[in-house]
Amino acid sequence: MTDTYEDALATYEPVIGLETHVELGTRTKMFCGCTTNFGAEPNTQVCPVCLGLPGSLPVANRAGIEATIRIGLALNCTIAAWCRFARKNYFYPDMPKNYQISQYDEPLCVDGYVDIEVDGETFRIGIERVHLEEDTGKTLHVGGATGRIHGATESLVDYNRAGIPLVEIVTKPVPGIGARAPEVARAYVAELRDVVRSLGVSDVRMEQGSLRCDVNTSLNLPGQQWGTRTETKNVNSLRSVERAVRSEIIRQAGVLAAGGRVIQETRHFHEETGDTRSGRSKETATDYRYFPEPDLVPIAPDPAWVAELKATLPELPRLRRERLRQQWGISEIDMQSVVNAGAVELIEETIAAGASPAGARKWWMGELARRANETGVELSAVGATPAQVAALQGLVDAGKLNDKLARTVLEGVVAGEGDPAAVMAARGLGVVSDTGALTAAVDEAIAANPDIAAKVRDGKVAAAGALVGAVMKTTRGQADAKAVRELILSRLGVEG
Amino acid sequence: MAAISREEVAHLARLSRLAVTEQELDQFAGQLDVILQAVARVGEVAADDIPPTSHSVPLTNVYRDDVPQPCLTQAEALSGAPDAYEGRFRVPRILDEEV
Amino acid sequence: MTDVTRMTAAQIAGLIAGGDVSAVEVATAHLDRIAAVDERVHAFLHVDREGALERAKRIDERRARGEELGPLAGVPVAVKDVIVTKGIPSTAASKILEGWKPPFDSTIAQRLHAAGTVMLGKTNMDEFAMGSSTEYSAYGPTHNPWDLGRIPGGSGGGSAASLAAYEAALAIGTDTGGSIRQPGAVTGTVGAKPTYGGTSRYGLIAFSSSLDTPGPCARNVEDAALLHAVIAGHDERDSTSIPAPVPDVVAAARLGATGDLTGVKLGLVKEFAGEGAEPGVMAVFRESLEALVKLGAEVVEISCPHFEYALPAYYLIAPSEASSNLARYDGVRYGLRVGDDSTRSLEEVMSLTREAGFGPEVKRRIILGTYALSSGYYEAYYGQAQKVRTLITRDFQAAFEQVDVLVSPTTPFVAFPFGSRTSDPYQMYLADLFTIPTNLYGGPAISVPCGLSEGLPVGFQVMAPTLADDRMYRVAAALESAVGTFTPPAL
Ligand SMILES: [Mg+2]
Ligand SMILES: [Zn+2]
Repeated sequence: MTDTYEDALATYEPVIGLETHVELGTRTKMFCGCTTNFGAEPNTQVCPVCLGLPGSLPVANRAGIEATIRIGLALNCTIAAWCRFARKNYFYPDMPKNYQISQYDEPLCVDGYVDIEVDGETFRIGIERVHLEEDTGKTLHVGGATGRIHGATESLVDYNRAGIPLVEIVTKPVPGIGARAPEVARAYVAELRDVVRSLGVSDVRMEQGSLRCDVNTSLNLPGQQWGTRTETKNVNSLRSVERAVRSEIIRQAGVLAAGGRVIQETRHFHEETGDTRSGRSKETATDYRYFPEPDLVPIAPDPAWVAELKATLPELPRLRRERLRQQWGISEIDMQSVVNAGAVELIEETIAAGASPAGARKWWMGELARRANETGVELSAVGATPAQVAALQGLVDAGKLNDKLARTVLEGVVAGEGDPAAVMAARGLGVVSDTGALTAAVDEAIAANPDIAAKVRDGKVAAAGALVGAVMKTTRGQADAKAVRELILSRLGVEG
Repeated sequence: MAAISREEVAHLARLSRLAVTEQELDQFAGQLDVILQAVARVGEVAADDIPPTSHSVPLTNVYRDDVPQPCLTQAEALSGAPDAYEGRFRVPRILDEEV
Repeated sequence: MTDVTRMTAAQIAGLIAGGDVSAVEVATAHLDRIAAVDERVHAFLHVDREGALERAKRIDERRARGEELGPLAGVPVAVKDVIVTKGIPSTAASKILEGWKPPFDSTIAQRLHAAGTVMLGKTNMDEFAMGSSTEYSAYGPTHNPWDLGRIPGGSGGGSAASLAAYEAALAIGTDTGGSIRQPGAVTGTVGAKPTYGGTSRYGLIAFSSSLDTPGPCARNVEDAALLHAVIAGHDERDSTSIPAPVPDVVAAARLGATGDLTGVKLGLVKEFAGEGAEPGVMAVFRESLEALVKLGAEVVEISCPHFEYALPAYYLIAPSEASSNLARYDGVRYGLRVGDDSTRSLEEVMSLTREAGFGPEVKRRIILGTYALSSGYYEAYYGQAQKVRTLITRDFQAAFEQVDVLVSPTTPFVAFPFGSRTSDPYQMYLADLFTIPTNLYGGPAISVPCGLSEGLPVGFQVMAPTLADDRMYRVAAALESAVGTFTPPAL
């Protein structure tokens, strides 16, 4: 009997594959000039074209084509010299034309790969194809159990999303990853998200559905051919990707161990329970009757254009992270926490503004990260700019602020009191460098504590700490403790 | 022998969302058989080395700039709707499958 | 003053520009003619009396202000109901779109308005332009003014009949397999199919996207050319619209009207010169050919070996595209909805809606197209048909290396009696035997009246290379100058 994940992996080897849909962040839809703002009133971002009104015709958005090619290039794909859109025919009310303009046997980008890391180990995920299609509208199921289609008495359709460009990225089957399958799946989607983000072609907000994932899973006995795969739809968070693969591996192992056979079907992932449930069986699946879209002419990207797009690709996240990690001289673990904190750009900009890597990281990952957590805001929105943090560290390095004062100044900066210098001035903060005033304070402390001074004179140098504290007190902490200590010892004629 | 059976026609009608009547099935099966026998002649010519033509115009790369155009108002969008509710198109319950 | 409804569009525009007659008077005369005869002809599905008079009034005002008017300003035009017109019912003669008032205008309608023409209304047709007789209109057939017991051709029978019945001076048609030319031929009017991509499809309710072509209908060649010039030209809302200058079809028509075809080479399509057409039709066609030779033209017999496969290829490609284009009529966003009793599922309601909303020919073609695109049959049917399309294109290209234009009868038979071909769909399809090759190739072709057979009009077809629309106008105008125009018996 296999009912745990460990049991399943002890017997079977998983093969996974991922189909990811990314909604592009173009200003207008793929085939019409409608705007694409998220959360607008229903059916207010529609026109004859995206409503599929009789007589309307699509015209392709250049920005959508360009973004798809850039994604393909970032994923090391070959860009087709000539390809066409195709119609995918099936009836569903969220599709205004009852066919989807997509691509079939002529995708825009083919045969690429992306490298990902799972605890230090690198995996190369093959990319089968990257193609461009149009998104559907949104259907609201009412009457039944909480928004589910099952048991609903009617549905309400909003076509604002219909026609928004959607890029479909399909991996090749990924075998040989064993128990790591769930983490590999998650890491792949995370990497894909970072890559797309780095290209600036989509905000990739999984919670808003701008990145959606279908996960294919199959199991086979070692050395035997791959098993029948299931397609798990509706996997819409990184965590869910991991859980979906895991639960499907356990489920299939159970079926196989019980002597049953896995049927090829579409399953749905349920966030609440974390398991997958059978949807439509592919064996009764429709025939989509694809054929070349006659309303749109072929795409034949100018090689010079593609070359230019390739030459102007931004540095990809993984390479960039490694480069910065080495420049900053930190461990992979530390870099990972910087990435998780969303501090990469902030630290980079702070260093660019003159701070040392250690100094920049200290503030962003320390004081500011803490505040961000407490107030529950993004680190980038915590209230301090890289320039301000760099300036703050500069004041510390110049001895004008000690660590304690610097924190106080940062408070002022975050509170919106201005740049560090301004806060210092306004709050009258800053290390006292006037030795005359300092000497007076020291003599005062010695006079006020004759017995302690005597101990120090007798060589009990450690006792000087109490005098230092007294001086710091009278200078409201604005003195440099080290300097104060030296001054005390010299005034008492002791060599430190 | 017939190029298309009554059952096939019934299946195609379902696929095309046409609730055809029994009489129509009989009629269409016969007529489509005649038509298919005739059009099947396309198989007589066009060897593998002949490229298919999907568009008669030799155009490629026809694109528009990513510039917003005015949309319809919600009222205009819903003006032809058989049934609408709170700004959305209302449809009867959908069977729990794609097709 | 003579009856303006009998005048050419050019004459009407001239009189209005010269102030001899007002656009409102012209519109009124045509609207009255419609009121008088359309009960018998049924060329119109919708007459927009108020709209027409309003537009005519504006033309008169512009003239009064001394504004420059276009060459067709004030001329009444009938528009096929497959063309979308803002706020005016556009049904493609289908029940499924009954009462639909589009929230936008087609490019054709916009250009007609911009040119100052006066749209009278929407004309009858075979449902979704599928047919050759208008007998498949969901709103009853149009009757041929030459013989009210016969069909006016199709799908654009309403547009052609509105001209033959003097209800309009000009009309818009759409040609997917001959729907402008064949109705022109059997009603004794002129119908031109421009180069595919030469006229915009934006706002043309799609039947077969890779073939559909809007074009002009008129009672004479020059009028057709004038209307062609108004509606043709690049449109960025149609991705398949050709960004090239429109050839000067009006000048070509006027040149042809001089009756000189010296040095023009006509290719007689061998495959269409033999059987397949009625003897009476072939006789009139041959006489016309001789008339053209007298004008200086040279006739060369040309073999187009693959034309015989055009009809089979067409009846795979057009229904396949149609099965997809017509999927949107599901009773969700607009149009008819049937059977929504709050117990039935959407799937059932969709199927009942489409069953009730589509006529038999549309259903036949949807099923045929769905079949031809199915994975198991795609290669054998749709795939092969697209290869045939390539071969037919090569036939045309080879022919045009030897001749300037190709000629044939427009349609194998004259207007037939109602009901004589509806029982056997394939017999109906044969009406387009000679017109379909051009659609598969994408080139321009025109049908011009060339005589009578059994007292019924016969059409002469001139086919030209893509983007050489002017050539066919020259030859057609020359033939017209030789044989004249043909007037039907009074209604
Ligand atoms: Mg997809
Ligand atoms: Zn739109």
